[in-house]
Amino acid sequence: MTTGGAAKSRSEALLQSVRASSWSTRLSAVVLAVVLVLLFSQAVQEPGQFASQLVIGVTNGAIIALIALGYTLVYGIIELINFAHGDNFMIGSFVGITVLSGTFVGLQFFAPITGDGGTLLKILGVVIALVVAMVVCGLLGVGIERVAYKPLRNSPRLAVLITAIGMSFILQNVGLIWKGPAQVPFPELISSANILPGEAVIFRWKDLFVIAVTVPLLVALSYFISNTRQGKAMRAVAQDKEAASMMGINVNRTISITFMLGGILAGASGVMYGLFNGITVFNVGFTQGLFAFTAAVLGGIGNLSGAVVGGFLIGIIGSMADQYIGVRWTSVVIFAVLIAVLVFRPRGLLGDRSAVQGGGE
Amino acid sequence: MARYRRFVLPAVLIVLAVLLPFIDAALGTDALFTAITIAIFVMLALGLNIVVGFAGLLDLGFVAFYALGAYVVGWFASSHFNGVSFSFGSTATSLSGEALPGIHVSFWILLLLAGAFSAVCGMIIGFPTLRLRGDYLAIVTLGFGEIIPRFFQNGDDLGGFNLTNGTIGIKAIDSPGFPFLPDSLDTWQRFSTLDLNPWYYTILAMVLVTVYVNVRLQNSRLGRAWISVREDETAAAAMGINPVTTKLWAYALGALFGGFAGAFYGAFIKNIFPDAFSFNISILILCMVVLGGMGNIYGVILGAIALQGINFYVLPQLSTVVHAIGDTVGSAAMSNVDLARYNFFIFGVVLVLMMLLRPEGIIPNRQRQEELRDEDPGTGDAMGGARA
Repeated sequence: MTTGGAAKSRSEALLQSVRASSWSTRLSAVVLAVVLVLLFSQAVQEPGQFASQLVIGVTNGAIIALIALGYTLVYGIIELINFAHGDNFMIGSFVGITVLSGTFVGLQFFAPITGDGGTLLKILGVVIALVVAMVVCGLLGVGIERVAYKPLRNSPRLAVLITAIGMSFILQNVGLIWKGPAQVPFPELISSANILPGEAVIFRWKDLFVIAVTVPLLVALSYFISNTRQGKAMRAVAQDKEAASMMGINVNRTISITFMLGGILAGASGVMYGLFNGITVFNVGFTQGLFAFTAAVLGGIGNLSGAVVGGFLIGIIGSMADQYIGVRWTSVVIFAVLIAVLVFRPRGLLGDRSAVQGGGE
Repeated sequence: MARYRRFVLPAVLIVLAVLLPFIDAALGTDALFTAITIAIFVMLALGLNIVVGFAGLLDLGFVAFYALGAYVVGWFASSHFNGVSFSFGSTATSLSGEALPGIHVSFWILLLLAGAFSAVCGMIIGFPTLRLRGDYLAIVTLGFGEIIPRFFQNGDDLGGFNLTNGTIGIKAIDSPGFPFLPDSLDTWQRFSTLDLNPWYYTILAMVLVTVYVNVRLQNSRLGRAWISVREDETAAAAMGINPVTTKLWAYALGALFGGFAGAFYGAFIKNIFPDAFSFNISILILCMVVLGGMGNIYGVILGAIALQGINFYVLPQLSTVVHAIGDTVGSAAMSNVDLARYNFFIFGVVLVLMMLLRPEGIIPNRQRQEELRDEDPGTGDAMGGARA
């Protein structure tokens, strides 16, 4: 029950916090309010379109969130911006299409699914593509760490950043040679038909598929980090490498496992990206990786739930910008949001690490 | 004599650089075009070195200033704005003698304008990032570095106004020149594309000025302020250094040289389009700085020459060499391999290997090296500074 007096004191408290806030906070609040009002008016005018766009945003966001987790896991442990991670995602989608198109000997079995194979065969094909891509990308993540980052463990951190960039170039070129510079089409295994009755709101089987794969992966990751021995070791290493190794934790193995987890998520995300969008291309890892990285920072880099929240937010902002501003300005909008968030809330939305000198916040 | 010894190496290098066109002509190596592109990147790397090497602000969006410089020349020395017709000190003339459409201003004025414009933009971009440090700063600059090329890409329809001509870019940019020179010096009167000597000497002069300014900056009051802010911002502020103005100067000066390089590039290459200013170029310039040795002017120059040389000279030549080896060995696979496809791969391998072998750069800055060695790898941000 809200009495009149309590409401008054609450409004006074609000007024006080407005007075205490800096001009930058006020400005950002005003801009945010204007954007939300504009979006709300769109939602009222054409609710169906708005809801459909929201669904696309959530689906894209799920794909981005899975990649963002890889960035944030690695950053949380060795504080490296793993530039090669986006390209790992691209390799994942290439592995997926390779498995699905049955170009490898022994996988001819799946060739018929591109035609009109049964639903069961299609599901089996998708599952196997997902698993193979996850395994390959996990191993790739570990391999990259072993070759390019581990020897530089005690070097200046910028050196590791440069090797990460070098690895990204290498992987991109591998993709270019593997599948060529053109877009690679994916078979339409998951139906684009609308699940919901009517045409007002569009929620396709594709959207359901992405959500259905993402949610178990997120739950499994969360269980792994919070409940298993290895997950506890990861948290310990993230907090203090030296103390963790003194307590008998194998730091090198823990870092390897972190890269493997990131790679597994990127692999799943890569296959889903291909199936959802119907195409993949050798440099998709760069743009998607950049969005995912933005998502990780937006949520507060190093914070796992932050990466997921950031991923969904970037997905939704992207799809809204696609619809209401224009596709070619989408990335400008996303990066502008990133800059605004970092300038006004430098630790990200859920971050606890201070990026500001002196830790003033 | 001993006190002049430290000038011997720079003097020899400068003389060699000045004589390069004659050496090139004598040997018939045709390397002048490559030399000019390398020199442009030397300038960019020196500009970024002010921001990253001296002031310790990791900048992943440096290409923005390069693009701004190029577009300033594109806007004011071409027929892009064909609604107006304005000419000032330009060598561009139409065959019929009528006034050319578009704005045509002398390259030398535009060079200064591009530098100033970039420097102002550097300050504008730098201002909101002043509170951030390390990796977060890198991300914000990365954001700017992605937004600005995107802006140039989509700038053909800004509410109906065509500012940048989109992905097609701006074509037929005027050449620089000295219109007051006699007709006998026609290659200098109006820089032609056939004789690269005027271009080469222009960019060489620009590089030498940049190097001179960098050397003077290093031990100046401002240079020492940069080092102290880089090492410990709080302590520097306590000692009376204003971190805000210090960092803004670093951004402005770094952007200034980026803008100069961009302006020259625009005039030299004549057609600018946004794809030439992608994020990859930012990364390439950063790699040059880190690879050569951050904060060390010789190192940065060497890094730029090494990477750009590998990119433009070694990699294209490599396939010829490999094909020749394949022919002599008799291996059909080797004589037919298309190495151009693997350029980026090889470039990536070179980056990784060089960093694995010499993580501090080819010629490390001695002071920086000590700081980096001293650092506990478990703490701090990507720039080696302690976390707040």
